[in-house]
Amino acid sequence: MNKPMKPDPTFHASAKLAMEAPPENFAFTVMLGKDQDQHDGIAVIDLRAGSDTYGEIVHTVMTETTGDEFHHFGWNACSSSLSPLSGHAFLERRYLIVPGIRSSRIFIFDVKDPLKAHIHKIIEPEELFEKTGYSRPHTIHCGPEGIYVSTLGGGGPEGTDGPPGIFIMDCETFEIIGQYEMDRGAQDKHYDFWWNLPQDYMVSSEWGLPPQYENGVVAEDLLSNKYGHSIHFWDLRARKNIQTMDFGENYQMALEIRPAHDPTKSYGFCGVVVDTTNLQGAIFTWWRDDDGVWQSKKTITIDPRPEDPDNLPDLLKGFGAVPPLVTDIDLSLDDKYLYVACWGLGEMHQYDVSDPMNPVLNGKVELGGIATEHKHPNGKDFIYGPQMVEISRDGKRVYWTNSLYSTWDNQFYPHQEGGQMVMANVADDGSFALDPDFYIDFPENTRAHQIRLEGGDCSTDSFCYPSV
Amino acid sequence: MTLTALWWAVVLSGVYHGVNPGMGWPLAVSAALFERKKSAMIKALAMLATGHFLAMIVILLPFSMMVFLIDNEREIRICAGVLVIAMGLYLLINRRHPKILARVHPAKLGLWSFLAATAHGAGLMLVPIYLGICGLLRPGESVLGTGQAAAQELMTNNVMTAFLVAATHTFAMTFAGAVIAVFVYAWFGLKFISKSWFNLDLVWALSLILVGAFGIFSALAGHH
Repeated sequence: MNKPMKPDPTFHASAKLAMEAPPENFAFTVMLGKDQDQHDGIAVIDLRAGSDTYGEIVHTVMTETTGDEFHHFGWNACSSSLSPLSGHAFLERRYLIVPGIRSSRIFIFDVKDPLKAHIHKIIEPEELFEKTGYSRPHTIHCGPEGIYVSTLGGGGPEGTDGPPGIFIMDCETFEIIGQYEMDRGAQDKHYDFWWNLPQDYMVSSEWGLPPQYENGVVAEDLLSNKYGHSIHFWDLRARKNIQTMDFGENYQMALEIRPAHDPTKSYGFCGVVVDTTNLQGAIFTWWRDDDGVWQSKKTITIDPRPEDPDNLPDLLKGFGAVPPLVTDIDLSLDDKYLYVACWGLGEMHQYDVSDPMNPVLNGKVELGGIATEHKHPNGKDFIYGPQMVEISRDGKRVYWTNSLYSTWDNQFYPHQEGGQMVMANVADDGSFALDPDFYIDFPENTRAHQIRLEGGDCSTDSFCYPSV
Repeated sequence: MTLTALWWAVVLSGVYHGVNPGMGWPLAVSAALFERKKSAMIKALAMLATGHFLAMIVILLPFSMMVFLIDNEREIRICAGVLVIAMGLYLLINRRHPKILARVHPAKLGLWSFLAATAHGAGLMLVPIYLGICGLLRPGESVLGTGQAAAQELMTNNVMTAFLVAATHTFAMTFAGAVIAVFVYAWFGLKFISKSWFNLDLVWALSLILVGAFGIFSALAGHH
């Protein structure tokens, strides 16, 4: 592989420098098939200011296989390459690693020229099973030893033979190297992970095992608190679980991990989908105390909304209420605003987390939602509710899509169908509102999930130098 | 090749290593920013220097010990040259970064510096220059004879020279890195890191081959 003479211009030493960099020109959004007979793909969206096709899908790349179910994805390289410790200063941010969460097939897309994006390599599920013992690959981050990929399943057809975990891929050849963990401690479920590279810690979270989500949410498991409710702290380079923190068994589905972007800080956030005692959504702030022990505190709660059972899907009729369902959170690069997607309520919340122990609700956008079905300012419907959220590097634009996971979409919104992506503008005073002109309908038979912005965004890059 | 020129080579190779961000000066900037005090930069530079010095000395010392094979001095120099060329060719063909470096804890800068220098053959690059200096320092080796005392003295001299070469080289490297680190910390800002970083992998591999070839050439030409 020929390497460039200079580091990739999209690598930034600090989060502050990334915020000052030119704005994004394109977005890449995964499209997952409406059902398992459909193809998945990547939609390339034009975000070039002044372009005739601004806010439109200008290119799509579809798979030849079906039933892969794209979900999360990430870059082969990011700003972490600028630490001499990485030894990879001359990688290009060029490839998107896109796992099929259902098939365990992994696709590598070459997006060097976004308008000519194409599939570069496919890793078949058998290779993943054989080399790692894991299945259902999910979150991607580029780190010290290559590309790290979390998985939701262990071995066997159900993905329940052995615990799921993280595996490492070579960041140049995309060869699967093997399992990451040397001592996983109490970790037996998996979902998201992220880290602080200079401080050498990693945090991982838990959703549930494949039988708990593949065919839809299992109500009995949820009500008996059998989904994940712990997060795990790791010595990153020693590959060792150093502390498991249980939020309490009622805090079901501890999903997204968002550490502060400034590596001098030792705190972050984790979103919990639902508190089974009261149907609230919750955000925990986690931090390391002066003795080096990890602590956490529930710092945000979002109440459910009472609703006539006639307006509710079968799953929720018995509760007579719409749970917020906090399914995604994202932190702006200045560590100031935390965006919280309430997929059930149909709301996107914006919290000022300048003081991470005392978040303040700063703004709210209503869109879609169970039984409310708030319309977009352009007058059109918004299918489902706000889900995967991504913030531009400068913090001025917030993009989101609407799909959670195929079978779960069908359970919570049984009469709706479609993929959409919208954008909100953030003013200098922090107030935010939907852009009436930005509204993308995805092609028929596809759903829209995670968004990646060209040149990096607020949930990909790990910075190794302080924001000064 | 004069003694002065060889000592300049020791110094310049140090500067060459020092200005390369890949050898660690950005970590000194980072340390100062993290701890919000300049003394952290000095500590980081000292750790990087210690690791680099050790990487030099573990390569140079074995060569200085070979004094008992003094009759084969020319062979030693040719072998050393071949070894350095081989390392250069290896780095030319295999442009992969050694994975073991990624396992080092970020606070263990000394260990990282030692491994990084060793993995890139930084110590080997000094060997032909060092052997050239040793040769010039004892122009009358036949006069010294092969007696036990003479050999002992020669070895002591060579060991002293090894330490002096490693120290001079490391000092030059650290000084060059420190100057850049201070300027970036105080004036240029972090943006300078990505702006100033050039891919020297190819140049580095070719440098090794060049130095190795020089070692062989000077041995064959009868230079000391």
